Amino acid sequence: MIKTETYQLSMGPVHPSTHGVLQVLLTLDGEKVIKAVPCMGYLHRGIEKLMEQRTYFQCLPYTDRLDYVSAMNNNFSYCHAVEKLAAIEVPEKAQYLRVIMAELNRIASHMIFIGSLAVDIGATTGMIYPFRDRERILDIFNELCGARMTYSYIRIGGVKNDLSAKIIDMINHFLSALPSMLDEYNDLLTGNEFFQHRLKGTSLLSAEQALHLGVTGPMLRASGVNYDLRKENTYSSYDDFDFSIPLGKTGDNLDRYIVRMQEITESAKIIRQALDGLPEGEFTAKVPRVLRPPKGEIYDTLEGPRGEVGYHIVSDGSAKPYRIHIRRPSFINLQALDTMCRGYLVGDVVVAMSTIDPILGEVDC
Amino acid sequence: MHTGLLASLAAFITGLIESLLGHGFAAQLIMVLLEIIAIFAVISLAVIIQVYMERRICGFIQDRLGPNRVGPFGLLQTVADMIKLMSKEDIVPEKANRLLWGMTPMLLFIPAALVYAVFPFDEGAIFADIGIGVFFVMAIMSQGVLMFLIGGYASEDKYSFMGAMRAVAQMLSSEIPIAFSILAVVMVTGSLRMSDIVSAQTNVWFVCVQPLAFIIFIIAMLMETNRTPFDLVEGEAEIIAGPFTEYSGMRWALFFLAEYANLLAAAILTVTLFLGGWQGPFLPGIIWFIIKVLIVIFIFMWIRWTFPRTRIDQMMALSWKVLLPLALFNIMATGIGIYIYKWIY
Repeated sequence: MIKTETYQLSMGPVHPSTHGVLQVLLTLDGEKVIKAVPCMGYLHRGIEKLMEQRTYFQCLPYTDRLDYVSAMNNNFSYCHAVEKLAAIEVPEKAQYLRVIMAELNRIASHMIFIGSLAVDIGATTGMIYPFRDRERILDIFNELCGARMTYSYIRIGGVKNDLSAKIIDMINHFLSALPSMLDEYNDLLTGNEFFQHRLKGTSLLSAEQALHLGVTGPMLRASGVNYDLRKENTYSSYDDFDFSIPLGKTGDNLDRYIVRMQEITESAKIIRQALDGLPEGEFTAKVPRVLRPPKGEIYDTLEGPRGEVGYHIVSDGSAKPYRIHIRRPSFINLQALDTMCRGYLVGDVVVAMSTIDPILGEVDC
Repeated sequence: MHTGLLASLAAFITGLIESLLGHGFAAQLIMVLLEIIAIFAVISLAVIIQVYMERRICGFIQDRLGPNRVGPFGLLQTVADMIKLMSKEDIVPEKANRLLWGMTPMLLFIPAALVYAVFPFDEGAIFADIGIGVFFVMAIMSQGVLMFLIGGYASEDKYSFMGAMRAVAQMLSSEIPIAFSILAVVMVTGSLRMSDIVSAQTNVWFVCVQPLAFIIFIIAMLMETNRTPFDLVEGEAEIIAGPFTEYSGMRWALFFLAEYANLLAAAILTVTLFLGGWQGPFLPGIIWFIIKVLIVIFIFMWIRWTFPRTRIDQMMALSWKVLLPLALFNIMATGIGIYIYKWIY
């Protein structure tokens, strides 16, 4: 008697396309996915606990190591929360510099997304081009703060240092080269028939499902929900700039890709405006040597490249935070994997995982 | 008699051995052995050249340099890699069926090498010019899938097994469009003999007579040789390395060797069937042959480093719903064309 049965496949933690050390337990019927359970914790370092032993200033480098692909946005979010808690007024120039760096980092992060999506689909060349162009952003950051990955550039009260003429020049050069870079990706990937066939109509996530799962960021907007904290809950100096929020229609993999591609252009627009309107003045506020925020707690979220980066800080009035909880967007977005994979093929799991774009340093915290 | 360089060389060596031994039959026997060695040498050398080519072309396409440190222009990189692979630990999965598992890489090389017997490298330079040449190639090439299945099954690994299943599905889908696209060429030639197919292209290459068959053949050949966009069997982002997942060191290198031997075979087959084989003006036949084969290999590599991978169901749909009907239509059109041609002349 011939019978078929489902079987379990443990994809990861050692697998070429799990973006780090993620394990996905797949229940398969042939190649069809019945269930996909992401298992996390392989990279857990206890950052939240470690932060309790550090002063507010010493906590900052830990935020770099969460989402190491967009460390600026993590710095930004943490500093923003602490400033709110301690009621520190940030000078306008620092606000602009923060926005420029956060948006540059968003572009770099989306380039990583394009590259890793391409390599997960099998287009090796599609990976090399965005990674090559991302180098230019890293060079800018290297010139700016001496680090290519863990910047700690955005500090409590402002930023570490001012822009030099060379950096402004580098950013301008990068911005003028960006359209031709995007054209290259469009030629190589977006317009490719195979690429379109792989992405279109796969791993659908409806607006309702996305909202139920707490998904944020480009993933949510790809499902057609117009929700971006930069517009919704304007912080820093985002009010001064004119930019639009790209939206998807169906919430399939292609939409998630297109939304991120368009966000790159929008980010470039913001950077251009911020550079043109860069105000004069101090780049950092006067912050006491030992920061003792008043007793209380705060929850503050900003829009990172992957979604809402939120910090919940409880202060007991001492120099060290009593408790910090971090809302990591990758962690919450990854919960949508099961919904996105059911009924599709093994090849689609990899693509779905790419379009979620998780950074495991952030997932496991 | 007008013959190519290789054939003259072979005749010269045969004469030399005959004069030394003074025995015709022994000389023929030694020549057969020499020819077999020559074919293996060609395959091994071609693999080294192709691996180097692939890396440099890939580097060029990806805006990188590629290997350029070992030897002049990095030419010895492949040799260095081979030495590395040979010195690696031989890991055998605990639960694997050792006999089948160990045999697979060696068995895989047999069909890969066997098809070279009927390839015309130059005028008169063909190891066995049998009357069913094209049929023989088709029959032997499809044997490769058995080794993938055995290797994937014997590995006792889910990824390998999945890759093996994909291999079977993919090879079945690619063989049939290949067979039907070649059939159109055979209809025009009226012979299955490889040398006849080449000599029929003296005036016009079959790529001009059968453009549709050529395109179908190239696409199906990409499936047959497991190259991007149809490298689903290996599909490293999804199933790690498919049937080769559990193989390492020299065993893996044999898979690699067979893969490139198959690529070369595919290129030679394309050149022989559609691009006029060794024929060309001025230069000797073998030179033309090498130039054409290298160009076809370059095109295969170009495709590999540009396209993303398809999904298994999309590949099957392409093969059964697009390529096969087109190939059948092409056969019908060819039949009508031949009928009209005969009616006019």
